[in-house]
Amino acid sequence: MTMDQFLGLYNYWIVIFLMMTGFYIVIARENLIKTIIGLNIFQTSVFLLYITMGKVTEGTAPIIRNGGGHHEEEHGAAEHVGHAALGREVELGHSVSDVSAIQHASYLENTNPPASPPLDGLADATATSGALEQNTHIVAEYQGVIYSNPLPSVLMLTAIVVGIATTALALALIVRIREEYGTIEEDEIIELDRNS
Amino acid sequence: MMNFIVIPILLLLALTAVTVARIRNLWAAVMFTGIYSFLGASWMLILDAPDVAFTEAAVGAGISTILMLATLSLTPRKRHQDGHLQSDDFDEKPRKKSPVWPLLVVTITGFALIYGTFDMPHFGSPEAPIQVYPDPSFISKSQHDMHGLPNVVTAVLAGYRGYDTLGETAVIFTAGIAVLLILRRAPNEGLKHADQESEVVAAANLINQADENSDGELTQEADS
Repeated sequence: MTMDQFLGLYNYWIVIFLMMTGFYIVIARENLIKTIIGLNIFQTSVFLLYITMGKVTEGTAPIIRNGGGHHEEEHGAAEHVGHAALGREVELGHSVSDVSAIQHASYLENTNPPASPPLDGLADATATSGALEQNTHIVAEYQGVIYSNPLPSVLMLTAIVVGIATTALALALIVRIREEYGTIEEDEIIELDRNS
Repeated sequence: MMNFIVIPILLLLALTAVTVARIRNLWAAVMFTGIYSFLGASWMLILDAPDVAFTEAAVGAGISTILMLATLSLTPRKRHQDGHLQSDDFDEKPRKKSPVWPLLVVTITGFALIYGTFDMPHFGSPEAPIQVYPDPSFISKSQHDMHGLPNVVTAVLAGYRGYDTLGETAVIFTAGIAVLLILRRAPNEGLKHADQESEVVAAANLINQADENSDGELTQEADS
């Protein structure tokens, strides 16, 4: 294993370690609350897995800076921003790479952006690696700033909220089980069930 | 420079997870879970996901810790005559089974997953599939579509994926109703066991339900 490989993959290994710790708690511990804690640890490690995949080297948080003066004015006049603004951006050469210029052009012509059919996707991938060799980026870039991918963040926001909903439900069930059985230890509950 | 922050955070994260797995006292375990969530949120902030970091700190370290503490206070191992609780009432029962089998399963699964990572795109790589599909120009398009809304995460969450967020709200609502139904007591049932203990439990349930109700609002705030 090379150093390069270690630096490129350590984030996954950390996540796997945390995930397996949560998994261990779930399968080895017999206390119901401890099981829920284990599930929570597992869940958070999945959030971290997605978030680490969205990170781009030299990228920043996906919040657009409002530094670009004339763009702000155009956004003020919301009616005819879109196509005109994008067209001007291409003309002004706002550090838009060739590939993204093509994409903007296709956007102007109101055709579908690439990457929907698989064959186009393959062509796109080769175009990407070509662009990278020329030290330009196809990654989420706007006004010369590289942004990390916002999509994992969005998905994980939803997952966190759904996660707390299931946790609350599980804890309510535990309270109910404690009322009926007088214990929250799995083996004692099973024994009570057998004896009844 | 960044490594001086990232490495300690990751080490503490791993250490906290192991501590949660080892510690017997549930009260302490819940507190360590809060610390774990907070450290996870710190790492998310470094990974350019401030929105998720805020939500994780508010929901993971905040609300879920409160819910677990509320549950713990209702489920001690034994109840003393005068009603007060000691910290060792929240200890797990000592286990008789040896942890060899779970450890073996976890180790094998872990190594299988690590073997799987060798095909994964490297950390921060701009050519990773996730960065290329869907067409990343949606970031600049969102500026047009959302009239210059600066936060792209909000634009996607509330705009492009608005129905998904609506469904998520429905999930929270359903979970709230389900918790209320599970913890509700029938009026005559309260009369049947009218001893002191069930009264205490019922009062604590009410507090728990109040927590549940404030859940939805808090999460909404954290989301936006």
